[in-house]
Amino acid sequence: MSGVALLAIFVLAVFVGFEVVSKVSSTLHTPLMSGANAIHGIILVGAVIVAGEAENGLELAVGLFATVLATVNLVGGFVVTDRMLEMFKGRRPAAGDPKGGAR
Amino acid sequence: MSVLSGSWTEVLYLVAAVCFILALKGLSGPKTARRGNLIGAGGAVVGLLVTFLAFDLDHIPLILLAIVVGSALAVPAARRVQMTQMPQLVALFNGVGGGAAAVVAILELAAIGAGGDATSDRGNLAAVAFTVLVGSISFSGSCVTFAKLQELMTTRPVVIPGAAPLLVGGLVFSVGIAVWLFAVGQLWLGLLLLVLGLAVGVMVVLPVGGADVPIVISLLNAFTGLTVAAGGFVLHNTLLLVAGTLVGASGTILTREMASAMGRSVGGVMFGALRGGSTAGSTAISDRPVKSVTPDDVAILLGYARKVIVVPGYGLAVAQAQHTIRELAEQLEAKGIEVAYGIHPVAGRMPGHMNVLLAEANVPYEALKEMDEINPEFKTADVVLVVGANDVVNPAAKTTPSAPIYGMPILEVADAQQVIFLKRSMRPGFAGIENELLYDPKTSLLFGDAKDSLTKVLSAVKAL
Repeated sequence: MSGVALLAIFVLAVFVGFEVVSKVSSTLHTPLMSGANAIHGIILVGAVIVAGEAENGLELAVGLFATVLATVNLVGGFVVTDRMLEMFKGRRPAAGDPKGGAR
Repeated sequence: MSVLSGSWTEVLYLVAAVCFILALKGLSGPKTARRGNLIGAGGAVVGLLVTFLAFDLDHIPLILLAIVVGSALAVPAARRVQMTQMPQLVALFNGVGGGAAAVVAILELAAIGAGGDATSDRGNLAAVAFTVLVGSISFSGSCVTFAKLQELMTTRPVVIPGAAPLLVGGLVFSVGIAVWLFAVGQLWLGLLLLVLGLAVGVMVVLPVGGADVPIVISLLNAFTGLTVAAGGFVLHNTLLLVAGTLVGASGTILTREMASAMGRSVGGVMFGALRGGSTAGSTAISDRPVKSVTPDDVAILLGYARKVIVVPGYGLAVAQAQHTIRELAEQLEAKGIEVAYGIHPVAGRMPGHMNVLLAEANVPYEALKEMDEINPEFKTADVVLVVGANDVVNPAAKTTPSAPIYGMPILEVADAQQVIFLKRSMRPGFAGIENELLYDPKTSLLFGDAKDSLTKVLSAVKAL
């Protein structure tokens, strides 16, 4: 893919990124930051590619190191975000039930 | 041998990228947040599987082993971490992501160099330089924020003599090396840039005061996003490009929103201490007289009130007193007393952190009121119970222009009839400034660990 096409994708993605998170209540700032943090863990794809294309032992070792780091970011990020959000969800049915009963 | 053709790879990467957009969208609303996070994780799985199928990769068993090792490190940490320590864990995860991106770019630089003329693709070299520099800044900066939040080092701004010229010099030198790398594409310049980036990252974060650290985490998060996007340029990988850019852009917005919730500008947070503006304050313990009371006194004040507002802070979280405060609130409600929680946007250590902690203790969502909603209600409250909070109720934010928190919107607890502080000691809060409200005639103080104190108050209230 040409550099210009990549640049076009970049610019469009900037606008999408601005757009999707506008007007978020401060309650959700922490989970949102944590979730976004997990998403950039996708650098794992890059780490896997460079490790898989390594041509000597040193490159392989460094590539595998990057793979471990990126996995920590990606997997840890999603797990900790889920754990945070699990707590928000926990009492939602309980709060909804009485209303349902009153109807 | 690659199983997927180039077109299929791009299409499936697009699917993964759409998952990430939906994830961010979902995370922006309380009802859809958890599903959004799962969609994001699904997108990551798709992206990873496609990568294994589309590229002609060697060493696959070793790579899989590395992924297993990484997961084995991350999952227990993420599962077991105390919710109070969650901000620093997020900082750490962010840092390793930035570090991984910088390492990937270095390896790609080595590969470009080995492939002959390194300077044939200028765009690539520019992206490599950016990734290495910003990725390493993000890594070392995140490590310092981790150390600050974990209190491995002082949470106060650290300003070494000559810090400002050193930082400016370091930045200018780094950019110079980056430009040189762009011009000649040699590996040793990449490695030098990596080291410089690490040093600059430390220098940027050291002068930031503890209370501002969450904003820095968010900013570094956006940096890592941009680093990953640049990594996408380097590897000509559209998934990295889109995902990284999304995080970079949304992270920038989020950083600005967090800063405005705290009444700070991002520039002021990063460079305020270097300009000598925001280092006021002291950790000295004052010996001015305060009104110290017993748990029984507190129980009487609470038990004969009509309306009580609880203002929880980080001290409540540290003492793991979320559950005790909920019990106390239930006990008071059983006596017909109205109880609400006033949640400052930055109560705890991060915006929204306190909501997470109270949610963990099953405090009903409806009882948690945001600052704008609760501030007019303090006038009608008989008692405000401030548990382990300090900076977020400190009137210095309105009255003392030299205070580091000056300009931050605060909870107007001084409007209430009575204010009770539950504190461990007279030590100032995270921002390191004294709180005039503690000496106000309407204020009573109950010293001790928040959980112990609340347990005693709880049994005293039951005995009323």
